[in-house]
Amino acid sequence: MSGIKLFRIATWVAVAVLGGILLASSGWLPGTRPTPESVATGTARVGGPFTLTSHKGDAVDNAKLAGKPYLVFFGFTHCPDICPTTLYELTNLMADLGPAADRLTPLFITVDPERDTQTVLAEYMTAFDGRILALRGDKAATDAAVKAFAAYYRKVPTDGGYTMDHTAGVILIDEEGRFAGTLDLHEPRENVLAKLRRLTAA
Amino acid sequence: MFRRTAAALAALIALAGPSLAHEFKAGTIEIGHPWSRPTPPSAPVASGYMKLTNTGTEVDRLTAISSPAAERADIHRSIVENGVASMRPVEALAIEPGATVDFEAEKLHVMFIGPDRQLKDGERFPATLVFEKAGAVEVEFVVQRRAAEEAPADHSGHGG
Repeated sequence: MSGIKLFRIATWVAVAVLGGILLASSGWLPGTRPTPESVATGTARVGGPFTLTSHKGDAVDNAKLAGKPYLVFFGFTHCPDICPTTLYELTNLMADLGPAADRLTPLFITVDPERDTQTVLAEYMTAFDGRILALRGDKAATDAAVKAFAAYYRKVPTDGGYTMDHTAGVILIDEEGRFAGTLDLHEPRENVLAKLRRLTAA
Repeated sequence: MFRRTAAALAALIALAGPSLAHEFKAGTIEIGHPWSRPTPPSAPVASGYMKLTNTGTEVDRLTAISSPAAERADIHRSIVENGVASMRPVEALAIEPGATVDFEAEKLHVMFIGPDRQLKDGERFPATLVFEKAGAVEVEFVVQRRAAEEAPADHSGHGG
């Protein structure tokens, strides 16, 4: 095969791949159009002003957090499985990271401020690494925070109460306040630690 | 000599500890190692996991769970879809003949609502499971950080 022919093939492959990406991201393809319930954590959409109160009673906003990397995940205390497991896992990861963990602030933002009062959160958080902050705000402040991280939550009525659907992953934000990926705590521990080490590397 | 043996025995018991598998039986249903995670203080809910095996020839269903240690108990399935976590109640969990329903593997959990205390590592609490055919059976949930079979994978060595 001549060099020119190879080049031509490679060019067409590149065109096809790029075209596919453009088409998919523009939402033209059936099934790829973002529905109102979809969650996008693309760079462009993450970041935005929010102000919440920590379980220790301090105001925490995006400006205060700037300059150090942080992690964000959404949850609520009436969640028996995923939320406490994530908090226990983050507690372990903070210990494994060693001194680098001091540069990192994991944030647990409640999507259920109605039941997760500051008193509840203050007690709840004593079980986990002291550097993890639980944050809450009123409905408007919660909505703003959810929007700032291009996340999602929804109140779902149940028999005798309600539960919350919420974005599951842990969002990584670098020291410039930019989206730096997500953590899936089911991925191999080494991958998770490598991502956190990269994020906390000065 | 005796002291050394006693120390070894104590170590063995400590190792086996609370996560030593335990089993219960109701008719043709075997209930393998019911366990629960330690809860943070003032946690409004607690979780429970187990393995239900149907050794019979007919389908059976887990229709109710209750515990003196909680106001109420439901069965839920956790779903993560398009990055969104949700929890939905499961009514009458079917256990097919010859099959095992592994709560952890199938993203199921018992949700104990309103636990009467903070659950701590190593504790046990009673619960009653009610099956459509096998009837009611008393079991005991062991509070531990992880399922026993997962313990070796936790190489961090300092637990949660």
